[in-house]
Amino acid sequence: MQAVKYARAESVEEAVSLLQDGGEGARPLAGGTDVIVQARERTRDIDLFVDIKHIPEVVSISHGGDGSLTIGAATPCYEIYGDDAIARNFPILVDSTSLIGGTAIQGRASLGGNLCNSSPAADGIPSLIVLEAQVEIAGPNGRRSVAVEDFCTAPGRNVLGDGEFVVKLHFPAPATGSGARFLRFIPRNEMDIAVTNAATQLRLDSDGTVNWARVAIGAVAPTPLLVADAAAAIVGQPLSEDTIAAAAAASSAAASPITDMRGSIRQRVHLAGVLTERTIRQAAERAA
Amino acid sequence: MASEHIVVNCTINDENTTFLANERDSLLEALRDRIGLTGAKEGCNNGNCGACCVNMDGRIVNSCLVMAAECEGSDIRTVEGLASGDQLSPLQNAFLEQAALQCGICTPGFLVAAEALLEQNPDPSEHEIRYWLAGNLCRCTGYDKIIKAVQQAAGQSVV
Repeated sequence: MQAVKYARAESVEEAVSLLQDGGEGARPLAGGTDVIVQARERTRDIDLFVDIKHIPEVVSISHGGDGSLTIGAATPCYEIYGDDAIARNFPILVDSTSLIGGTAIQGRASLGGNLCNSSPAADGIPSLIVLEAQVEIAGPNGRRSVAVEDFCTAPGRNVLGDGEFVVKLHFPAPATGSGARFLRFIPRNEMDIAVTNAATQLRLDSDGTVNWARVAIGAVAPTPLLVADAAAAIVGQPLSEDTIAAAAAASSAAASPITDMRGSIRQRVHLAGVLTERTIRQAAERAA
Repeated sequence: MASEHIVVNCTINDENTTFLANERDSLLEALRDRIGLTGAKEGCNNGNCGACCVNMDGRIVNSCLVMAAECEGSDIRTVEGLASGDQLSPLQNAFLEQAALQCGICTPGFLVAAEALLEQNPDPSEHEIRYWLAGNLCRCTGYDKIIKAVQQAAGQSVV
């Protein structure tokens, strides 16, 4: 382990000040399931952990009267999938948080940490994208908000500047007739990193017309991708084999993956289409 | 920047404990090297294998992925807390009776994880047991004996 120091922040302001004073080597510590490994294996230069888990708004879940949702960035996965109202109104968040790592990882890992680790294969981010999550960031100049699809900029990189950290994630209320689904392909049943993943949220009119949709895919580009063309392929008419196939083709066309130990370019391009098709069908089942 | 020694106050297996650690220590390093509780094992040291699994504030965690400094005020339970004196817990006995271990390195992690499962879900299905224990790796048993041991501890009939 690098000679890393530890500081516990009791407020957002204190965390910002510790991160700012700590400079480049200071990192927020949420569940630590990525960042502690990176410090130990020296894949990031880290000399200060700023523990943000003792700041109440960073570790809480709140449901708005209008059906909106706010999740503190460091809220662990098990609290998210164990929240009845999230399971009822945002089941796609249960899809994601219940398959990130195993039980012991889910006791610590958070959606904010998954986002800030900014892996192209992150299993939380496609779901956040299709839910239109807004990322609330605190920093030396106060707070700002960023659409989650604009947050990651490259593998392991994002828009956070010096002294900034993610405080919470805001989700608008899903409109009536909405359904959303996240799926991941891995060669075993659990405990693996996505070869490819995908998420869809869509909204059905009472006559079955898709009047709104979002599709996102992961592990097929330097960052998780919002695929506007895939959504456009299904919006404006009822779902049909033709529109679903067009959406799948749009996702495959948007994918620009690499070949690595987990999968080849050809396999990932194919999977982007398959998972888009399946998430559309299963999101529609949840919408019905 | 040199790390400094820190003092951590917590509860370990129901005992108030104060220990001195290096600021860079993981909870696993603190347990094994500072406190002398060597039940939790270092397998992969990166969160994949579960051999270092302990219970922290009611949830299982990989102690290699927790900083010792984070444990101030925490309630930690390790495999050493399962037995009462010479009296093994029902889960530990079930592991013996079902021969759910060979080399034993993974066993403390499995015991702590399975104990936490049975606390919150006293009658789990085989599917639930397998998913709950997916973060614990065993290279000896092929898992079936471990699953049977957990089923036996849950009072289920084991074929």
